[in-house]
Amino acid sequence: MHKLSVSQLVDGLRNGDFSSVELTQCFVNRMQKFNDLNAFITELGERAILQATNADKLIKEKKHRPLTGIPIAHKDIFCMYGVKTSCGSKMLDNFYAPYDATVVEKLDQAGCVTIGRTNMDEFAMGSSNESSYYGPVKNPWNTDCVPGGSSGGSAAAVAARIAPLATGTDTGGSIRQPAALCGVTGLKPTYGRVSRYGLIAYASSLDQGGPFGKSAEDCAYMLQAMAGFDEKDSTSLDKAVPDYTQLLNSTLKGKVIGVPEEYFSEGLSAEVKSVIEGAIKWYEQQGCEIKNISLPNTNLAIPAYYVIAPAECSSNLSRLDGVRYGYRCEDPKDLRDLYDRSRSEAFGDEVKRRIMIGTYALSAGYYDAYYLKAQQIRRLISEDFKKAFEHVDVILGPTTPEPAFKIGEKTADPVTMYLSDIYTISINLAGLPAMSVPCGFSDSLPVGMQLIGNYFEEDNLLNFAHQYQMDTDWHKKTPEGFE
Amino acid sequence: MPITPEEVLKIANLARLQIKQDEVEQYAIDLSSIINLVEQMNAVDTKDIQPMAHPLDATQRLREDKVTENNQRDKFQAVAPSAEKGLYLVPKVIE
Repeated sequence: MHKLSVSQLVDGLRNGDFSSVELTQCFVNRMQKFNDLNAFITELGERAILQATNADKLIKEKKHRPLTGIPIAHKDIFCMYGVKTSCGSKMLDNFYAPYDATVVEKLDQAGCVTIGRTNMDEFAMGSSNESSYYGPVKNPWNTDCVPGGSSGGSAAAVAARIAPLATGTDTGGSIRQPAALCGVTGLKPTYGRVSRYGLIAYASSLDQGGPFGKSAEDCAYMLQAMAGFDEKDSTSLDKAVPDYTQLLNSTLKGKVIGVPEEYFSEGLSAEVKSVIEGAIKWYEQQGCEIKNISLPNTNLAIPAYYVIAPAECSSNLSRLDGVRYGYRCEDPKDLRDLYDRSRSEAFGDEVKRRIMIGTYALSAGYYDAYYLKAQQIRRLISEDFKKAFEHVDVILGPTTPEPAFKIGEKTADPVTMYLSDIYTISINLAGLPAMSVPCGFSDSLPVGMQLIGNYFEEDNLLNFAHQYQMDTDWHKKTPEGFE
Repeated sequence: MPITPEEVLKIANLARLQIKQDEVEQYAIDLSSIINLVEQMNAVDTKDIQPMAHPLDATQRLREDKVTENNQRDKFQAVAPSAEKGLYLVPKVIE
């Protein structure tokens, strides 16, 4: 059952081939069997079986919703009522959320059964899952390697077929980069498409939740349940949600694909490059027109991001002070000592670095030189994409410069780690939707291609990805030992 | 512009973080290398470019000034490290 697509699972449940309890038990068993991957922070097996029992009842009474009885895993960043919501940090190790995130609520309403809470980089700050308080997640394709981050637990869980679907969040590549490194499909929607309410904020002007699945089709079903306006999120956009499965089977003939030269320059591994070129060739054979384009400000994305994201995080994380929730140090001697020690004892190194960079960038006298400048660069990057989309339907390139790297390989120098997000960060700065789709292997590790779309054209991206997956089987490959 | 160990302590103070004496040097190195990366922005002239805060230039939505939330104090204080009679407890601030 763990190999079936979401639509096959839905059919199987409704035809009575298997019950949701059986299905859920299958995934819960896998979650326990493969717990060496460290993909989960909290397992919710018992709770899931109760949910599944209820789902079976609804199916029997024909009161089912689109995803009734389908198991899912949630990244530990989405608040879930009464369930530990740690965000990968010691700071929130004792935090049981007093309410549901909108994404959790919507997926619950669609009928999903939550099997567990996935591991992640602390407060979503990282590209390897090594900054988690709960230890690194292992990549199912090679357990010496990282799964990527920050949504590494979700990507690893889907890759190891522990969950058919999982939620993630993407601030600078945190859905697409781990999807690429784990050989699964992941989508970051347009900024404002999916509610951020109850998603523990890292960089509010960039954060966006999205789906992980085995295929584009599975992601389409999940995004359908996640997307939509939410008045509880002040940056949510009030725009009708299309049927994301409707365009899946449209022809790609005559569509124009832009290939940015900046995404194929030095730094890109030769093997990854040739795998991506193979995917481009496939689209060409389908009758797509391939157009070389330029996104000239690409090299400024990482510098601008490392002002904007830390500045916003230093502000967002100031609420964590040991007073209202989260970790509190022992025997504080006064209020100042309570703040200082609670924060210092509970935040990890990467979080502290980013808080400090942000504090520095926003401190008196530096605002214009850093934050304002970065916002201006953000405009330039966004204009690059705007110009490109006057001539192309979609932009295609690699998701990452290289496949999964070894655990510990990039932890010595934070800047080396930052460079692994070189192709994903500018998309967050521009607020565009993008996805990562498995398209081959390099050194027995999966490679992902990135498809970038214009604002609100998630359906178009899913069409490009689905057509590719109908004719290739990269997305169906399962790591050895997890078949 | 490199960040000096003195600046590390100053920033840590603003951010309400304590950095151990033997870690200050490493923070100075790491933060300097990040700032060095960030300053690549200076290669571009951004005069007259409108800063971008929201990708679709959306502005803050306004709503009627009406109470929409119930009081959920007990629920929220259940997760507090220390609360009593509806109040959050902290070390004594005023003598």
